[in-house]
Amino acid sequence: MTCDNEVPVPPAGAPVRRRQFLAFLVAAPVLTVAVPGTAEAVIPTLPQPAEILDLGDVLILAGTPTAGALAVLSVGEDGVVTLDLPRAEVGQGITTACAMLVAEELDLPLGQVRVTLADARPELLMNQLTGGSNTMRSVYGPVRQAAAAARARLLAAAAGQYGVDVSGLSTRDGAVILPDGRPVLYGLLTSAAAQLTGVFAAQPKPASEHRLVGTPQSRIDARAMVTGQFQYTLDRDVPGAMPAVVRRPPTINGSVRSVDSAKARAVPGVLAIGVVPTGVAVVAETFGQAMAARDALEVTWNPGTVDSLSDKEIRAELRAAALPFAVPPLLTQHLDMEFDFAFVSHAPMETNSAIADVRDDRAEIWAGLKSPIVARQTIAAAIGLPESAVTVHVTQGGGSFGRRLFFDAAIEAAQISKTLRRPVKLMWSRTDDMRHGRARAASHHKLRATFALGNVLTFEHRVASVETDFRHGLGEILTATAASLPVAGNLSFAQTVFLTTCKVPYDFGVVTSLLNEVPLRMHTGSWRSVYSANTRGAEEVLVDQLAARMGKDPVAFRREHLKTARQRAVLNKVVAEGDWGRAMPRGFAQGIGFHDEYKSCTACLVEIDARDPRNPRVVKAVIAVDVGRPINPRGLEAQMLGGLTDAISTTLRAGLHIDRGLPLEGSFSQFHYARQKDTPKDVRIFVMPATGEPGGAGELGVPAAVGAIANAYARATGVVPRSFPINFPVDFEPFPR
Amino acid sequence: MPTYTFVVNGKPVTVDAPADLALLWVLRDKLGVRGPKFGCGIGVCRACTSHLNGAEIQPCVTPVAECAGQSVTTIEGLASGDDLHPVQEAWLEQDVAQCGYCQPGQIMAAVALLRTKKEISDEDVDRIANVCRCGTYFRIRQAIKSAAAKM
Repeated sequence: MTCDNEVPVPPAGAPVRRRQFLAFLVAAPVLTVAVPGTAEAVIPTLPQPAEILDLGDVLILAGTPTAGALAVLSVGEDGVVTLDLPRAEVGQGITTACAMLVAEELDLPLGQVRVTLADARPELLMNQLTGGSNTMRSVYGPVRQAAAAARARLLAAAAGQYGVDVSGLSTRDGAVILPDGRPVLYGLLTSAAAQLTGVFAAQPKPASEHRLVGTPQSRIDARAMVTGQFQYTLDRDVPGAMPAVVRRPPTINGSVRSVDSAKARAVPGVLAIGVVPTGVAVVAETFGQAMAARDALEVTWNPGTVDSLSDKEIRAELRAAALPFAVPPLLTQHLDMEFDFAFVSHAPMETNSAIADVRDDRAEIWAGLKSPIVARQTIAAAIGLPESAVTVHVTQGGGSFGRRLFFDAAIEAAQISKTLRRPVKLMWSRTDDMRHGRARAASHHKLRATFALGNVLTFEHRVASVETDFRHGLGEILTATAASLPVAGNLSFAQTVFLTTCKVPYDFGVVTSLLNEVPLRMHTGSWRSVYSANTRGAEEVLVDQLAARMGKDPVAFRREHLKTARQRAVLNKVVAEGDWGRAMPRGFAQGIGFHDEYKSCTACLVEIDARDPRNPRVVKAVIAVDVGRPINPRGLEAQMLGGLTDAISTTLRAGLHIDRGLPLEGSFSQFHYARQKDTPKDVRIFVMPATGEPGGAGELGVPAAVGAIANAYARATGVVPRSFPINFPVDFEPFPR
Repeated sequence: MPTYTFVVNGKPVTVDAPADLALLWVLRDKLGVRGPKFGCGIGVCRACTSHLNGAEIQPCVTPVAECAGQSVTTIEGLASGDDLHPVQEAWLEQDVAQCGYCQPGQIMAAVALLRTKKEISDEDVDRIANVCRCGTYFRIRQAIKSAAAKM
């Protein structure tokens, strides 16, 4: 996919015009199924919306008008080149990958590149959102072009200074090489280069000349992290900013009715207490004292928005909301399956936090923010200042997994600072983060496949999900690009995201996937891979069962039905490297999963030890990944490893129980995200060679691994899991509300 | 308010603090030692893991009064100047960190483990219960084994 405004036409062999084809897919179709006379060929599936235009394309499209302004590079007199990147680093390794792009174009040692995170830059409009696995896809062109232009400018400066022709110059190791071989360091040229007028456009190097890009590199910020020097939001010193915490309601979205703060004010170190829209804020000399005072507050509360709801009611609503199938199970053989997925906390290690300094005429905010422009707009409105008076700094985050698309801590910190008239460092407790933070929405899945004569004829998936909140700027992007979206009618943002991210990678005849959402006023948000972990995970379980019903091996069945050679290549890679089909002791089994999204694809083969079905462990994982063009294979492997651990956690043990309007889980002793003892001792990740442009990587690893783990569990225990996480008792005493 | 004197990363410090104030907040908010991270406040995520007289503690559940006269080491005190501890070196070699937030605690837990045992088994590594939400566990395992081999 390129960055132009054209929507690619469906590949040859799918002779449908775009609108017709879309209407066909998006509206509940009237199906005309031709039953083939032979069992030789699989029945091709028309391209789904996400194959034509995926969410990443949408983000790139929205960013195209400002792509030229995206990358701000500066060359210092010390020879250090700094890229001010309008994206959020939260652990995914984009600053390292971007530094590599800059170093490559400028022929500079990687250690001489710094990457800073840009403040909110409103002039970028829709081009400062970190999500949809889109960073490397969206910056690969602009960052290289900016660096190539900088190189051209440095060459011109050297040519002028030394009276030689540009054609006789080259660059190496951070220096322009003169025709006689003498190097002139960039730092010595930057001042002269800055004086030059004119346009210095230059083509980036062809990928065939890359020497650094595509090679495994370690993180540029790793040393600061392992020495404790790396600064997250609350590690910063902002003059006068003191620790602040909030006492929160006993149910989601409850509000303060009355407060008695006499006892709290007597706690040593307390500086200020005040009511804000989300609860009662306490500022103290230390966070420990602020939390002690918070606990001493006596507060009565107004009800929240979902006080009567518990898991049972939510699950019933979801089951009722799943749209009907189009194909009746007549005349053909069929397989129906249903699945439920629990809410899941994002639970980044760094809890929701922000620093705010709000004055009468201006405000300054620091936080890990993936949509800082919308954050700035919203904060300005919340505290009654013009946007131009609000400065929003983006700090590197201690994890996100989608969480930091929302800026609730930044708004709350600004409100506290305004109310108490002092700068504050706001930290959410872990319990706040799990109970009042965001979560992946619970979902219910209904699937039906029909088959005859050894062929899959239809494949239908009906997803009912608690509404996922996209009110963090994505809505504006979708509205602005709506004309380009391969969808007909007025779909909700959620349906658009669903259709531009989830696709069935198999030729299964007529395929339809439909989302219906139940709007509950809870705090939800995209969780690494948004709908795909559940939607595609469930589909991969069905694929295994379908293969069994049709008498096929799960791998052979997938190989037969995958659409492209590239997809089959990653499958074949894990099959070979993971020794698919090897004999396993009783209680152990292998499982396989596949996923394709954002121009990338991956296969995952796991081995599970489920001798105790209530305490299974994934003991080995083999993953193959094709992202089109890996920038930093070492970083890519890290992303796949993280996706695997997320899948292990959410498939086997980690979720939230909702009880009368509040999650029961309040910390990592209760929300069972995997620990070392739950993860494999043997992980092998294979990065496929570059074949094209970079695809998405950040979320890719989750769905295939969900499928592989669930399938391995089914094969090891003989019980096909239908509800996730598989082992999900309330095995703890919940904290008081 | 009581006064407590103890050693942090080799330097004596004296602080005024309530006896039950957690060491984590004394370190972070009073002394500006911010390598140990808050992650839960109840000693289960172990992001703040540090050492008291060389043994592993969770400062978020260690009252400052218990540290009087003792020696506290945080991640900042592990290296000797620019010379990193072998465990830190192993972390760099394996490129363990993603978001990095839990890694000071992970490293301090690994160092404490390696002080008690020379030969490290997979079962020993499994007993480290620090949460890494980025899921870097396999690289942590490799780094600990690599460090153990070199030490």
